[in-house]
Amino acid sequence: MRKRKIIEEKIFRFIAAFAAYSLIGILAFIIIVILVKGFNALSVDMLIKTPKGGYYFGGEGGVLNAIVGSLYIAVGATLIAVLLGMPAALYINVHLIRKKRTQNTIRYFMDALWGIPSIVYGAFGFTLMLFLGMHASLIAGIITVALLITPIMARTFDEVLSTIPKGLHEATLALGSTKTETAFRVLFKQGFSGFITAVLLAFGRGIGDAASVLFTAGYTDLVPVNLDEPAATLPLAIFFQLGSPIPEVRERAYAAAVILTVIIFIISLGARYLSKRYSRSNLK
Amino acid sequence: MLFRRILLDRITGAWMIIALVTILLLPLIMGVGLYLKSVPLLEHQDLWKLISSTEWTPLQGKFGFWPFIAGSIYVTVLSFILAAPVVVFAGIYLTQFSSKRLTRIIHPVIDILAGLPSVIYGVWGILVVVPFISKILAPVFNTSSSGYSIFAGGIVLAIMCIPYMLNMIIEVFNTVPIGLKEASLSMGATFWESVKHVVIRKSYPGIISAFGLGNAKAFGETMAVMMVVGNRIQVSFSPFEAGYPLPALIANNYGEMLSVPLYDSVLMFAALLLLVIILIINLVFRYFIYRTRER
Repeated sequence: MRKRKIIEEKIFRFIAAFAAYSLIGILAFIIIVILVKGFNALSVDMLIKTPKGGYYFGGEGGVLNAIVGSLYIAVGATLIAVLLGMPAALYINVHLIRKKRTQNTIRYFMDALWGIPSIVYGAFGFTLMLFLGMHASLIAGIITVALLITPIMARTFDEVLSTIPKGLHEATLALGSTKTETAFRVLFKQGFSGFITAVLLAFGRGIGDAASVLFTAGYTDLVPVNLDEPAATLPLAIFFQLGSPIPEVRERAYAAAVILTVIIFIISLGARYLSKRYSRSNLK
Repeated sequence: MLFRRILLDRITGAWMIIALVTILLLPLIMGVGLYLKSVPLLEHQDLWKLISSTEWTPLQGKFGFWPFIAGSIYVTVLSFILAAPVVVFAGIYLTQFSSKRLTRIIHPVIDILAGLPSVIYGVWGILVVVPFISKILAPVFNTSSSGYSIFAGGIVLAIMCIPYMLNMIIEVFNTVPIGLKEASLSMGATFWESVKHVVIRKSYPGIISAFGLGNAKAFGETMAVMMVVGNRIQVSFSPFEAGYPLPALIANNYGEMLSVPLYDSVLMFAALLLLVIILIINLVFRYFIYRTRER
């Protein structure tokens, strides 16, 4: 009887350990496959040239248009997300601090928003675009991606703000500050590391999302100059090139996938490093 | 001076509340917008027939969504079956058994997995999962398959949903009071027994919620699935056949949207369907989580 218990313990402990370690394995597997496959076609040309004539038949050129387009869209969308998400998160934690129920209800709805798939945002962005009489362009893409990442930004920042001790909040009020001053001079500063994390998380989501820009940003071989021009994006560049029957073009899709993966990696590690760095000076 | 401070307070206060209300109204605005766009279709055919019919001939104005809904459900269920055990066991190990060092390493790993764009998963699926199914798995089951199949979609989706569900499960397991586990251990139960009878039982609602939310995410996932699932309109039982989930329908056909009558309305209806289904699942299961957290 006792022996059976111990054997069962050992077996399940092994299974659980296996499941946990397999996560590291899966990540390594994905990254290694992407890197190995894309490394051959990766060149400086990929990074600094736009597609030239005959590019889609295996000719000269790179994916600069998509890299720049993606950065524009992600930066623009992140700016809008900050303008909407940051004050919303501060409002929840400053003005509503005494109304626990309201706070929780708002968080509940925001979490549900987080779950809406990006293709729905894309379809809605398309509807909105037609409604406003625009065509597929950089600005339409920026707005759609902004809608997608604003709840993420707001909720992530809010999560950090909610851990700030209430005493700090009360101290500022006791010194006679207005709610705005409490929000921006004290809570924002104290939660700055969380703010950075939220911005970078939103940025990463924005740069990697394809389904939302599929209808709204269009696609072009040129680097966009104005807001009303269509813009290519890196995920779509990968997707379209992968559908090509020509092997050289498919190779370049793998190379573009390496570029995107590296960007995501940098953002992810950067977020960790920066949030650690800026939380050092926090009041405990 | 005081006047300026108060004025500033009013202005930023207004800005904050406008931002918050905008965010909270977003799902409503999206729902209404998509609904208005799909009204022409709903006038053309009744809702039940749209959802249950399998006939899809856009040029004759016949739109049956069942193959797409069935495809979505099939892929989602398959991914869930593959992901659920990994998530539960990994969650147990990371919260109950693992060393500090592993926990420290694994958190960035989960974050990066969750942050990888779905296109990257799609590329990986095409490079690894599709050939694996056509060359190895299908012959084992005595069928032939191009590899672009429901099964491939399920595997890729499972891997995408693991970090998402695992984050929630870890949080759920961490809320189980240590005292309860200690009580069980002091009664002579082994570690595994106290996990099985105390930790899992105590976090049962949380586990169910995490599963539900994971399924909702899988249901709406677009790019990665679309790249490996084959995109053929059919209802079949074999996972080695191609399928055509709902999000892929929207993403694949935006080009023809304006050339076929009613087609834009059809795609917006598909988006509305996704929005409603996923929002309901989210609201229900999040409610469970909030209830358990408040207690």
